[in-house]
Amino acid sequence: MNATEHAAAHTALAPAERALDLIGSDLTETTLRLHLEGLSGVDAAGLEQRAAGLATRSIKTTSKALALDTIIRLIDLTTLEGADTPGKVHSLVAKAMNPDATDATVPRVAAVCVYGDMVPYAVEALGAAGTESQRHEGIQVAAVATAFPSGRASLAVKLADTSEAVAAGADEIDMVIDRGAFLSGRYGLVFEQIVAVKEACRRPDGSYAHLKVILETGELATYDNVRRASWLAILAGADFIKTSTGKVSPAATLPVTLLMLEVVRDWHRLTGERIGVKPAGGIRSSKDAIRYLVTVAETVGEEWLKPELFRFGASSLLNDVLLQRQKLTTGRYSGADYVTMD
Amino acid sequence: MSHLAVPKTYKLYVGGAFARSESGRTYEVLSRKGAFLANAALASRKDARDAVVAARAALAGWSAASGYNRGQVLYRIAELLEGRRNQFIDEVVSTEGATKAAAGKQVDTAIDAWVWYAGWADKYVQVAGNGNPVAGPYFNISTPESTGVVAIVAPQASASLLGLVSVLAPVIVSGNTAVVIANQSAPLTAISLGEVLATSDVPAGVANILTGSPAEIAPWLAAHADVNGLDLAGAGGLDWVALMVSAAETLKRVLAPEEGIPAPSLERIVAFTETKTVWHTKSLR
Repeated sequence: MNATEHAAAHTALAPAERALDLIGSDLTETTLRLHLEGLSGVDAAGLEQRAAGLATRSIKTTSKALALDTIIRLIDLTTLEGADTPGKVHSLVAKAMNPDATDATVPRVAAVCVYGDMVPYAVEALGAAGTESQRHEGIQVAAVATAFPSGRASLAVKLADTSEAVAAGADEIDMVIDRGAFLSGRYGLVFEQIVAVKEACRRPDGSYAHLKVILETGELATYDNVRRASWLAILAGADFIKTSTGKVSPAATLPVTLLMLEVVRDWHRLTGERIGVKPAGGIRSSKDAIRYLVTVAETVGEEWLKPELFRFGASSLLNDVLLQRQKLTTGRYSGADYVTMD
Repeated sequence: MSHLAVPKTYKLYVGGAFARSESGRTYEVLSRKGAFLANAALASRKDARDAVVAARAALAGWSAASGYNRGQVLYRIAELLEGRRNQFIDEVVSTEGATKAAAGKQVDTAIDAWVWYAGWADKYVQVAGNGNPVAGPYFNISTPESTGVVAIVAPQASASLLGLVSVLAPVIVSGNTAVVIANQSAPLTAISLGEVLATSDVPAGVANILTGSPAEIAPWLAAHADVNGLDLAGAGGLDWVALMVSAAETLKRVLAPEEGIPAPSLERIVAFTETKTVWHTKSLR
C-alpha cells in the first residue's frame, strides 16, 4: 500500500446512518473492511443442500392457488431490451394492470421495471393506477439506473442517470454495484457510490425513491462475496438487495437467494429493520417461483411475502403462472395461445 | 458359460428421451395366453402434459423443414425398421399371439406405410394445394400447412405396430408434431418403434409415445388448450363423443374413430393441415 492509498484507507466514508450505528463513528475503508471480512464464511455445501431441501416441498391445490396469486403480486414485470419502445412499455403496463384478459380476478403485479428513458412512458401509461394516492395498491415504476447492466461509467453519469429517472417519476431505482471495484477489494468505493446514489434518489419533497441494489451474484464468484456484498449494500442504505441484472449467467439461483435472505434475517434480528430481497433473472416457471416462496417463508417468515419486502424480477414467469392459474380454474391444461405475447 | 436373460424396461418416449412415468406407475403386459411378458410404464396426465410441451417445442423446427427433408427422415425410419424386423416380429408374436408369418406381414406392411407416406412429404402440397382462378391481375394460391400439435389415440384392437404407424406417419409427414397413446394391451412394439425414431434423424419431440390407459389420458389431451388436433382412430371403445365435445371447446381438428387399421390415404395427411391462401401480382404496368 503506497502513501496515497494508505491515506485513502483512513479517510472517513460518507456518513450512512446504518453503517455509523453498526461500525461506529470511525467509519473508514479500513473499519468497513474489517467488518465485512469479519463475517463468518459460508458453508457452501450446507447452503446448497438446504436450498435443495426447500425445493422438494410439494405444494398442492388450494395452497398452489394461493401461491400463484402471491407470485403475481410479487412480480416486477420487466422489459430491459435495447429494442424497447414506448409502445412496448405501454403494452407491458397494460399487462401489469390486467395480466389475464380472460379473468378479471387475477391480481395486479407489483411493478413494471424499465430502462430510465422509458420511465415517462410507463408513468403515462399507468395513469391513475400509478398515482401517489394509490401507492400501496397501485403499480410502482421501477427504473434500472447507474449504467445498467455493467455499471461501467463515472459516478457523475450514474448519479445523473438516477436523478433523471427519479425526476421522471420512478418510484424505485434498481442500481448496479461496481463489481470490478468490489472484487478488487475497494469496498469503500462501492459503499460511497451506493450512498451517493441513495442521495440521488431523494425527491424535492424530501422523500426517497426505493433503492434496490443489484449485486450481480453471477459475477461475485463465491458465496462469501455474496454475503459481504449483501452486508455492504444494506449498510450503505439499500431498501432492497437484488441478485442479478438478468444479463449475466448464472442469474438468480435458489442458494444465492437463500443466502441473501439469511443476511436480511440477521439484519432484522440485529436492528429490527426489514430489508427486501429480489431474485431476478432465470426464474421462468411457476414451479421455480413457488420454491422461492417456500424459501422466503422458511427463512425470514411469511411476513416477507408482500411487495414491499420481496419481488421477482421476471418477464416470462408471468405467462407461466397465468397458464397454471388457468389450469386450476378451468380444470384443463392451457396453452401459449391463451396468454398475451411479450 | 450360462447367460442370464436381461429383460427390457419399457418406458415412455417423450421429447426424444425414454422416461419412466412421473407417477412411477407401471402395468403388466401379458401375452394372449395370460403369461407375463414385461412391465410397461402407465402414463399419467402429467406425462401427457410433458409430452405436449415437448411436441410444442419441436413444432417450429419440424414444420419449417422442407418437405423433401421430412421425406428423407421418414424414409430413414423405414430403413431402420427393416433392420430390426426380427425384433418387431418377436414382439408382435408374443403380445398379439399372431403366427410368425402374420407378424412378418404386419411388420412389412408397417415398413411399406412409412415409405408410402415418405413419398408424399414433398408432393401432398401440390396435390392438395391449388391455384385459384380469380378475376384480377394477380395469382391466388392456396397451400396446406401443418396444423400443429396433434394428439392421437392409436388403434386398440389388433396389429399394434401397423396401427401405430398408420396414424403417426400421416400426422408427422406434413410437419405436425404428435403425442400418441399406444395400444394399451400390446404396447411393446410402440416403445421399440420409439427406439427406431430416436435413432433415425427424427428430431426430439416430433413423435411422443405414451403407454397406458387411453380412457385415463385421452380426456386430458382432448381438453388441452395447447393441442391443435385430435385423431380418435382407436377411441371407438371410449366415450369418444365426449372427447369430441371437449376438443370443440378449443377448436381442435378432430378425426372420428375407425374400425380396424386406417389404410394409407392422402385424406389422413390433409386432415391435419390448414389452408393458407396468398396472392401475388402477375405483372406491374
